[in-house]
Order: sequence, then C-alpha cells, then structure tokens
Amino acid sequence: MTAPTGTRTTGTRPARLRTVRPRVAPLRPAGRTSKPRRSVLLTVLTGIVVLYSLVPLLWLVINATKTQPSLLSSFGLWFDGDFALWDNIQRTLTYNDGIFVRWLSNTLFYVVLGAGGATLLSAVGGYGLAKFNFPGKRGVFAVVIGAVAVPGTALAVPTFLMFSQMGLTNTPWAVVIPSLISPFGLYLMWTFAAEAIPDELLEAARLDGAGEFRIFFRVCLPLLAPGLVTVLLFTSVATWNNYFLPLIMLKDPDWYPLTVGLNAWNAQAITAGGDVVFNLVITGSLLTIVPLIAAFLLLQRYWQSGLAAGGVKG
Amino acid sequence: MIRQRRRSVFTALAGALALVLAACGSGGSDTGTQEQFSAEDVQAALDAGGTIKVWAWEPTLKQVVADFQQKYPKVKVELVNAGTGDKQYTALQNAIAAGSGVPDVAQIEYYALPQFALAKSMTDLKSFEADKFEGTFSTGPWTSVHAGEGIFGLPMDSGPMALFYNKEVFDKHGIAVPTTWDEYATAARALHTADPKVYITSDTGDAGFTTSMIWQAGGKPYKVDGTNVKIDFSDEGSQRFTTMWQQLISEKLVSPVNGWSDQWYQGLGDGSIATLVIGAWMPANLQSGVAAGAGKWRVAPMPQWEAGGKATAENGGSGLSIPTAGANKALAYAFTKYATAEEGATTRTKGGAFPATTAELSSQEFLNAEFPYFGGQKANEVLAQSAKDVVGGWSYLPFQVYANSIFNDTVGKAYVSDTKLSDGLKAWQEASAKYGKDQGFAVN
Repeated sequence: MTAPTGTRTTGTRPARLRTVRPRVAPLRPAGRTSKPRRSVLLTVLTGIVVLYSLVPLLWLVINATKTQPSLLSSFGLWFDGDFALWDNIQRTLTYNDGIFVRWLSNTLFYVVLGAGGATLLSAVGGYGLAKFNFPGKRGVFAVVIGAVAVPGTALAVPTFLMFSQMGLTNTPWAVVIPSLISPFGLYLMWTFAAEAIPDELLEAARLDGAGEFRIFFRVCLPLLAPGLVTVLLFTSVATWNNYFLPLIMLKDPDWYPLTVGLNAWNAQAITAGGDVVFNLVITGSLLTIVPLIAAFLLLQRYWQSGLAAGGVKG
Repeated sequence: MIRQRRRSVFTALAGALALVLAACGSGGSDTGTQEQFSAEDVQAALDAGGTIKVWAWEPTLKQVVADFQQKYPKVKVELVNAGTGDKQYTALQNAIAAGSGVPDVAQIEYYALPQFALAKSMTDLKSFEADKFEGTFSTGPWTSVHAGEGIFGLPMDSGPMALFYNKEVFDKHGIAVPTTWDEYATAARALHTADPKVYITSDTGDAGFTTSMIWQAGGKPYKVDGTNVKIDFSDEGSQRFTTMWQQLISEKLVSPVNGWSDQWYQGLGDGSIATLVIGAWMPANLQSGVAAGAGKWRVAPMPQWEAGGKATAENGGSGLSIPTAGANKALAYAFTKYATAEEGATTRTKGGAFPATTAELSSQEFLNAEFPYFGGQKANEVLAQSAKDVVGGWSYLPFQVYANSIFNDTVGKAYVSDTKLSDGLKAWQEASAKYGKDQGFAVN
C-alpha cells in the first residue's frame, strides 16, 4: 500500500515541475516582456461581451439623432432622416420648463452629498476598524459582511415606512441619508487601510505627539487616496443610477433624480392624452450617462489599482 | 435584464406590502359617521385660501390648475405627477399606510376606485352633497364612481369604446370596415392573407381590454356586495368573448406586440396594426404619438355581437377623489368640483381630453369638431354616441389593481402557449379569488 503511493508521489512531483518550468523558464526576450498568449476561445468570448455592452450604447447614440417620427419608422441600428441630435438636446433641456436641468442638478446634489459622505464615512470607519482594537470588532465585521449581501432595494420599503414616520419622505434627505451607508465601501476601505498604512507609521506619529485626528487627516488620508477614489466611484455610480429608492421616497418631480424623471417621461407614452416623447427620453438617457463615462475615463487608473488592492486582501 | 426583473419583483412586493398594510389600517380606523360639509363650507374654504396637493397624471389638468388659481388667488394648487396608474396607486397606498404625505386630491381610474373606497381611504362625497350631480355626468362614469351606497370621486374623463381603424390599409386591400365581431374576424383573416405583415390589431394580454370586451358582450363576471365577492368567468358574456377572441389568437391574427410600447406606436404608424378597439381618449395619443398616421385613421362604432346592436363598454377613464387622510377636504372638494363638473371640464375638453359630463358631450362645438388627423371626420359624434350606449350593471373587484397585475401570469399564457383563453380566465379567477380571501373578503 505504501509502496505504490510512494512511487506515485515521487513520480508526479518532477512531472509537475517539468510542466511548470518551461512556461516560466525560457524568459522572453527583453523588451517584449508582457505579451500574453492569445486564446481564440477567450478572444471570442471577450468579443461577445464587448459587443453585448457596446451595442446598446451604439443604439443609444444613433437613436438620439432621430426625430420622434423617424425613430419609429427606421431601422434601430443605423441613422435615418434628419440629423436631429442638437435639436433633441435643446428640446430635452427645455421641455417642461427645463425640468431636465433641475433633475440633473438634483442628481449631482445627491451624488456629491450621498456618495461624498459615504466615501468619507467609509474611510473613517474602515480606518478605525483596521487600526484600532476594541471589543466587539468581530461582531462589527460580521454585520458589515452581512450587510454587503443585502441589496439596497430590499431595504427600500422598510426605510420608506421608517422615514415617513420621521416626516422625511418627499424631501431630498430621504435619498441622501440612505446613500450615506455603503457597507461595501466600508469593507473595501477597511482592507485597504489595513494594507496601506503601516502600524509603524502610526506609532511614529504618535511618538511625535500628533493627535489621532491629525494623524488620520494628515498622515493616513493621503495614503488611502487610491482606495478613496475607488469607493467614490462605486458610490457615485450607485447613487447616480439609484432608481427604486427615489422612486418610492419622492413624489414631487422637482426633487426627482434623472433616473426617475426620465422614467416619468417614458410613462407619458402609456398615459391617455400623454405627450409621446421617446426621442427626448433617449436623448436624456444619453446625456445622463455622459458624466458617468467621463468619470470612468478620468479615474480609470485609480479604479483599477483600488480594485486590485481590495481584491488581493479580500 | 436581471436588474429589471429584480426591480419589478420588488415593486410588486412593495405594492403587495402596501395593500396588506392598507387593509390592516382600514380595519381599525373606521370612524363610522363622516363629517358633513355644506356648499357654504366649501365657499368659505375658497375665500380663506390655502394650499392643496393634487396627485394626477392627466396632462390637461395643468391648464385647469392655472385657471383655478387665477379665479381664486388665495388658493395654491400643487399639481404632482406621482406616477401613472398602478405606480401612483402603490405610492398612494404607501402614503396612506404611513399616514403622511397623503395628497388632498388624487386621480384614480375607475377600475381601481372600489379598492380605495372599500378600505375607506377615500372620502364619501355624499358628505358634500355630491349626489346632486346625478345627471351631470354620463351614466357610465357616474356609475363607476359609486361603490356601495357612497360616491367616492367625481368623474373626470371617460373611455367609451370605439373602433379606430387605419382606413388606408382597409382601402388598399378592398376590405369593408367591420360592424360585427364576426365581420371583424373575417376582416382579420382577409387582411393578414392579403399582406402577412398586417394584423387587425395587437394583443398580448391586457386586463383592461379583456374586461371591457366582456363588459360589452354582456358578461358580469364580478359581483360585489360589500365584502361579499363573486368571480365567475363562465357566464355567457365572457364565453362569447373568449370564443371569438380565441379564434384570432389560435390563427395568429393578432400581432404579438405589447400595447403602448415603441413597436406598438410604430405599428400604428406604418399600417401593420390596422385597428384598435379602445377608449375614446385615444385621439390625443394618436395625434401626439403616431404622427405618421395623420389623415389615415378614422373612427367607427365598436363592432357588435348582434348585427344592428348598439352595445358599448367603458375602457379606462378616471375621476378625482379626496383621500380621507387629506387635511383640507373642503378646499379639495372645491377644486375637484371645478375640475370635473364646472369650468375645468370645458378647459380639459378643449385640451383634447374626452369629457364625462353630459353638457360637454352634447355641446355642438364638441360634436362638430373636425379632426384633421381623422381626415376631417367629426369623430366626437361616434364617441359621444358610444358614451350613451354603455352596457349597465358592470362592476370591478374591490381588489382589481392586484387582479390586473397578475393577469399576464394567468391569462397571458393563452397568448404564448397552447393554454386556452377560457382556461386562462379560469386560472385568473382562482388566483384572484385566493387573493381576495387572503385579504378578508368572502369570495364565491
């Protein structure tokens, strides 16, 4: 019994080494260090995913250039009729006394306050959990991990009932306050702070007589920057796209974010006597995603590094 | 796709929760006698002024609010579009359950009104002597705002049904416009044979359409007496409809395009959907949504079950109601009255809405209006006649909003599988009855 296993193990080990080594050992010539091998299957799969994500975007861009009648009478994935993009944009911005602009500024307001606040809270909380020991830390950890698993949508109705008792529904706070809570952001900052801030640095700062707040804001916050940007992007996207929460919290169109507002425009088509404005809904959607795309392109570097950091530790 | 599905599940949950909560709340808050308001009280409220909040999606109300504020400068009306149809009802139920943020006036479709009335969420307008409006409104909508002994809203618009058809398509293939449902089925076959791209109409399962069709056929599947409810889709009227419509579905003669979608608007414009049997509010939507159909469409009376008949039904339509939780009911009533029975009715008709008042329906200006969209036809003559011929005795369930929300899970199957329409209706009946029992109704 022992003999065969012995031979088998000794037999497999060198074999494994042998198969591994050729991939690593023949070092690639200098200069062409990172040319990954192509896999047809992966390329095709990635191609499909790219198509899947780009075609709707292409559709959106193309159809934003059409008038309402030509929208309905032409093929979806190609241009048709007059190039009405500028006209559509102008009408989107002025339709219903320019309510779109109001919705845009509402959305910005929610993002700045909600996502900004969520990022700050995540940073403070994550740093505290990573660098301080206190009783109940494991409990907090369990709660945070559990909270990551609960989608915000599931909490929207209970939150609504609670907020309406507090008289907060139909005010912007009903959207901002729930947006401040980001369990995932907290978790990310926690793992990021544990990695990025050496304990020695904190000790040195304390020895030099710096207060805890000073240490956090002057020493640690700069070290946390990549993580902060990641969390900021995450929470901004979540708040920008937030639909269900504002839908049930807000009844006054003056406080709608873009998502709920555009849906209201879309619903005009199913209303008796309603004004059918599919072209404005499409153009409005295009305008809505432009800031998000811009934010992604500008902050892409941080986003990647932050994700990787979270991934390694997570 | 997944996101959307999840969202709709939660919306449904939210709605269900709200319904349960509303049902719970109504049990305890039944105060019995209602406060009475005289005409002087209402006038006093107008003189004193104040602010009221109105939840409505009807576009013509914007002008009505402006006029009202001009007439009564001390009154401010906040007109809020809190969603269309069931979205607004969910919001309204939520607000009522939560006890805050309830509007002073709410637009509620006739099919949904019994639900709010029975839960006592809406004020019985008999406390404002609204019964004196008997005769002011046409019979269909006036019956629709009644529930039991009470009047729970004033009719704002109505949707007596008619046949809207694309004349160009019928002329091109030399097919006569149907006047009976038999002719309708024959025309459906002829059109689709002449051009496989053309369908007589589109239908993928629409609770409002199905119930209205059964209504016209003389069916009375819902019988409601307080909390005693009977649901029975095996009566003759219901069978009449299912037998005829089943032919169209089985022979694939109805276009599988969802109503109110962009393809639907497209089909109405390019001639591939040749007719609509729908409420009289449709002209405004055709004009704004189907510019390509201008001059091609016409209006004819609804096809009949018996040649020479005159039966019609209501499809859609809504009234304004005053939630019991509202703060300023006298002022709310003043606005409701203005918007539905007084100057507002005229303003709204001019704005393209289909009226519910007999005065507007019989005014020469209204009847003689020529619609360039309908090739100069005096379409209102047909529609106003339809309003007079609505079959009486119809009622909706006191939980029709929920029932309609599950229509596609049950009857919808008949459109996409081998399930028969009549079996689908049976499944709908059972599912509705089960829900009703869970809500505390005595069903069947």
